[in-house]
Amino acid sequence: MRRRLALLLLCALPLAGLAGVAASRYVGLPGGTFRSALKYEDAKQGVRIAPFALMRKPVTNGEFLDFVKSHPEWQRDRVPAVFAEPRYLSHWPTPTTLGPTARPDQPVVWVSWFAANAYCESVGARLPTWSEWEYAAAADETRKDARKDPAWRERILSWYSRPSNEALPRAGLQAPNVYGVQDLHGLVWEWTDDYSSLLVSGDNRNQGDADKAKFCGAGALSMDDRENYAVLMRVAMLSSLEASNATTNLGFRCARSAPRGNTR
Amino acid sequence: MRAQRAKGQHTMRRWNLAVGAMVALATTILVGTLAFAAPAAAPLPRDSVYQLSVPLTDQQARTADWRTRRGKPQLMAMFYTSCQYVCPLIVDSGKAVEHQLTPAQQQRLGILLISLDPARDDSAALKAVAVKRKLDPARWTLAAPRANDVRAVAGVLGVRYRALSDGEFNHTTALILLDRDGRILARTEKVGSQPDPEFIAAVRKAVGP
Repeated sequence: MRRRLALLLLCALPLAGLAGVAASRYVGLPGGTFRSALKYEDAKQGVRIAPFALMRKPVTNGEFLDFVKSHPEWQRDRVPAVFAEPRYLSHWPTPTTLGPTARPDQPVVWVSWFAANAYCESVGARLPTWSEWEYAAAADETRKDARKDPAWRERILSWYSRPSNEALPRAGLQAPNVYGVQDLHGLVWEWTDDYSSLLVSGDNRNQGDADKAKFCGAGALSMDDRENYAVLMRVAMLSSLEASNATTNLGFRCARSAPRGNTR
Repeated sequence: MRAQRAKGQHTMRRWNLAVGAMVALATTILVGTLAFAAPAAAPLPRDSVYQLSVPLTDQQARTADWRTRRGKPQLMAMFYTSCQYVCPLIVDSGKAVEHQLTPAQQQRLGILLISLDPARDDSAALKAVAVKRKLDPARWTLAAPRANDVRAVAGVLGVRYRALSDGEFNHTTALILLDRDGRILARTEKVGSQPDPEFIAAVRKAVGP
């Protein structure tokens, strides 16, 4: 028991530095080899994940409001159309105020990839990669990989069946997963840095026989774990987006790479 | 101070309130003169891809922001030089479009192939392709952005890609036509030596008769 604790501490210590001054906002995740639910022809042994830090909660309206106030070029009436579609932040009463449809502690939604990316840059961070997100989101409250558990899958799926026109709960209400990250499931969809690397054919029902003509290289991705509907739906949604798109339940959180020397 | 002058009318009104009449008069004259003397480019349209600043290093080792291409319609695509299969087809597609144009029209169209692979596509690698494919540097630019800019460039151009572990890239192929101000006029995913007739019509319209 004590040995296990010591081991835990050993793992946790280098990661503590990673979260740095923003310790309360980020949590460090150890690296490792991760088996994605996606079938990567070039990574059959699993995807290598370097240690990184991830925001505990999705970015909220209140936090995003601070950002657009200090970066007015990202206010909805000033942002270039190439970076954000017309519905960008359309749930805010004005470009610089929140209201009944956008409470400060709800996750921000109606944000484009460009806006999410700019926000993360402004706090010295970046968007997580899809692999980092999937890796963090495979955990439940007690296990690093709960994906094979039918009960866990059922719980996630029940969220997807809820209508999206209900008001969003506050960020940070759900129990943290084993890493200390909250709300990866059950609150909003989230942008990833490489959302557009998810090359899924428009009609991918013929597993493994995707539309090869459309993509240069290995062709469209297919699923290794077809029972994992939660991941399948995320991938389908992200793969359908353009970088300027915004939707009613799409938000984001930021990540940071481990500084060199911490990457063992 | 300089920034305030450049912002023009709106800022100027506030300025007038804030300072004495003499200073205001002087400023007004100065701003007026500047505006008159420099009929600089009209503001960039909000839907222009040039809203994104992208320094590119080309096959002749020159680095310039792609915004400098404003003023001329552009044919753009993303590719990478070590690609064995589809990417040579992208060059073929660009050539096929050119062949559908008169020499005068060709002069009025810029062609820009942007690398997905800045780590390997330095100016020498880009030049090797340009030479091998006999691409006239007056009309064809092969260039690489900074590594951190690739995803954003792909974002504004609507190109999707994934870096594979063997150094290849899995990506959608598209030719994109931009107007002189960087607005996307047309795109086609039909690549190869058989040009897409609708796309050719859009190119002809963009460059004029």
